[in-house]
Amino acid sequence: MNTASPTMRTFTLGLAVWVFAAVMPTLLMSNYHLFQLTMVVVYAIAILGLAILTGFNGQISLGHGAFYAIGAYVTAVLMYQYNVPYWATLPVSAIVCAGVGFLIGLPALRLGGLYLALTTFALAVAVPQILKVNALEDLTGGVQGLVIDKPDPPFGIDMSADQWIYLFALGVGGLLFLLAWNIVRGRTGRAMMAVRDHALAAEAMGIDIALLKTRTFALSALYTGVAGSLGAIVIQFVAPDSFSIFVSIYFFVGLLVGGVSSIAGAILGGAFIEFVPNLAESVSKAAPGAVYGIILIAVMFLMPSGAAGAIGSLVRRSFRLGTKSAQLRATEVGGASARNVSAAAGVAHGAGSDAGGSSGL
Amino acid sequence: MEGVLHQVLSGIASGGIYASVALALVMIYQATHHVNFAQGEMATLSTYIALTLINAGLSYWIAFVITVVVSFILGVLIERILMRPMNDAPVLASVGVFIGLLLIINASTGWMFDYTIKTFPTPFSGGPVLFSGYVSGHELGSTVVTLVVLIAVYLFFRHTKLGLAMRAAAFNPVSSRLVGIRVGWMLALGWGLAAGIGAIAGMMVAPIVFLDPNMMAGILLYAFAGALLGGIDNPLGAVLGGFAVGIIENLAGAYLVGTSLKLTVALVIIVAVLVVKPSGLFGRTVMSRV
Amino acid sequence: MSALLETKGLHAGYGETRVLHGIDFSVEQGGVTALLGANGAGKTTTLRAICGMVRITGGEILLANEKIDGKATEDIVQRGVAHVPDGRGTFVELTVEENLRLGAFLRNDRVGVAEDFERVFGYFPRLRERYRQQAGTLSGGEQQMLAIARALLLRPKLLLLDEPSFGLAPLIVQEIFGIMHQIRADEGVSILLVEQNASLALDIAEQAYLLETGRIVVSGLAAEIRRDDSIRRSYLGY
Repeated sequence: MNTASPTMRTFTLGLAVWVFAAVMPTLLMSNYHLFQLTMVVVYAIAILGLAILTGFNGQISLGHGAFYAIGAYVTAVLMYQYNVPYWATLPVSAIVCAGVGFLIGLPALRLGGLYLALTTFALAVAVPQILKVNALEDLTGGVQGLVIDKPDPPFGIDMSADQWIYLFALGVGGLLFLLAWNIVRGRTGRAMMAVRDHALAAEAMGIDIALLKTRTFALSALYTGVAGSLGAIVIQFVAPDSFSIFVSIYFFVGLLVGGVSSIAGAILGGAFIEFVPNLAESVSKAAPGAVYGIILIAVMFLMPSGAAGAIGSLVRRSFRLGTKSAQLRATEVGGASARNVSAAAGVAHGAGSDAGGSSGL
Repeated sequence: MEGVLHQVLSGIASGGIYASVALALVMIYQATHHVNFAQGEMATLSTYIALTLINAGLSYWIAFVITVVVSFILGVLIERILMRPMNDAPVLASVGVFIGLLLIINASTGWMFDYTIKTFPTPFSGGPVLFSGYVSGHELGSTVVTLVVLIAVYLFFRHTKLGLAMRAAAFNPVSSRLVGIRVGWMLALGWGLAAGIGAIAGMMVAPIVFLDPNMMAGILLYAFAGALLGGIDNPLGAVLGGFAVGIIENLAGAYLVGTSLKLTVALVIIVAVLVVKPSGLFGRTVMSRV
Repeated sequence: MSALLETKGLHAGYGETRVLHGIDFSVEQGGVTALLGANGAGKTTTLRAICGMVRITGGEILLANEKIDGKATEDIVQRGVAHVPDGRGTFVELTVEENLRLGAFLRNDRVGVAEDFERVFGYFPRLRERYRQQAGTLSGGEQQMLAIARALLLRPKLLLLDEPSFGLAPLIVQEIFGIMHQIRADEGVSILLVEQNASLALDIAEQAYLLETGRIVVSGLAAEIRRDDSIRRSYLGY
């Protein structure tokens, strides 16, 4: 695979953005704005998790709030009940969520499109209830939830806690985004997209679909779970009712609006769901939901590949970039891509016919 | 033993509501192969409309009828305006539109009627009435109403020309056009009917769970479970599934997991059905074409 | 002898693919016209174009001198065009009775419909036997009969038949074509018959057209085409 210009270009751009994001806001912004920006990072990671599963692997999840909640609670419980340092809770959360994701991924194998959406929707609706269950009340704090302390900057560095958390989240986010970008660009990513676009053909070419899909579920859950952990640290509070069905729905909205199978789109999505409520709420309590709904429907009709897709094609057209960078963004959601199938199976270009249609129902 | 009877009868009452919503879901699924994720919100909105009419002084049953008619019209409008272009869209895009619809309706309801919990009147007064106190007046009345609705819908589809045309349009739109059926309008009618049924379900459940913009989220879940259990492409199965879920939910809530985990029971049912027999008890086996 | 159906320079296709490249033919009032050709020649596309099921990219279609190209399928059906599609188009989940009732969907004259039901049972007594059976459980031949019966219940002016012999055993095909001779004699309906089985089609038709990759290469009286050895050998394979 050609790893010259386009990849280096993207990497350099990403690195520049990350450095800029690390330096400028920390120096210039107030604590409150930093807090908002931190939440953008958190949501971006959460949505990236969803993008991995739904965007790149075609498994529709309306229940990712569940993983977000699990991650948040793992962190909160470890910090509150066992005094585990905040940064140490992240790996634990990652492992737990990956495990749960894998377990959920197993029955999910039998479900396509709509049925999976339905089941994950059901999961999301049930989450607050599960979190309130009496048996676990001592651990989870029941309906009232848990309050945790804000971490201080390490080594007594002279910065506010908000600045530190922002940089911490940005650091974790940067790593996670880099990892995701590598995975999606490589063989695994091609296999994921091959399974999304034409599962039966991919299987015929030798890809172990079951293993791939469950692993993708696990990875996706890991990302959103770690986001949940970060979120808990930032907000310093977890309670069952904070994790209603709407968390899952908002992640879904952020994904579709930002760009379904786009890594950069996850950042746009995160910004979208962080700032829209703030702006809309000044109008009325109901406005955020309406704005989300209207924009979501508008995006589905007008630019199905989301903001990232639209910006991407604009940039490609203005700078006349090659098609290599397009390989990562299968902008036709649900459309077939013979290239991915054969590339993932290591077969030469042009093999196999393009049958079209999405997998599952 | 008496406790079980009480739970079963209660379960039948709530089951009637789940069966109605399940029927609405299946009607739309059969015709369009879409799951209407916004069904619950539509029913909630309808219930608020009913409350507004009742508070304005109309008698219960007049408000009831007007609400059903208005909901029907809203359903037709939603299908014609929003859903028609989505017929051939990929699954993800159509799910997106449904979720968007859910959000808009949910927000509109909250905006028009605010977020405080409200009580909703029932026309079936009286405390525990029949069977030596096992069934409340409302539970009995609600069961009767939902049964009447379900039977009426059944008769409509089986024995009227329009019902036959709607079934034909759902099964085979191409052949339907070839006999002169306007398939688009059949779909719209289906949506209208589903909206009307949802409205009735909402009005029956509101006196029990109280009215707030998120009232139907849990009900929708039970309805999904019922529809899947019975077979998501089989209206009769979905109805039976709805009743079954109502009974299971009540029994499990009383004797197994406690009332606080009843939603989880629905989730378990959904997962169990989809893992063991995705087509449900009475549905057709789903095949995927190469 | 006026033409009930006429196409002039008809171009049609699916999406990017063009299938018909400007065809002209007509169906006489009360007559049977055969449209022959090999697989992929465009026969089914032609019928679909007449019914508004396929995009027409050029030319026009006239039904009783009225332009119907561009109209919706339901509107064309309303003008008395009944199409028995390839694959029969049976409502397999519904009963035979319901299938037949759907055939008469557009009609309001109950007496007339009842008469037509009787007539249709006269042609296809097996349908009366299987009246309440689910249509999907019928044999291939019976489903073909059901499809034709359904079309007749519209009391159409024009009957379009797409490969009625397809996938059926020779004996059944003979039976069905025998009944079609009867229908053609009794009903006075004009028929456009698409068939791969040329000899059967030429036997019942007056006019015939031969389609090859979207163009008409032979046209004329069916009797003459049947007698013409060279045409038969080069185009019809027998």
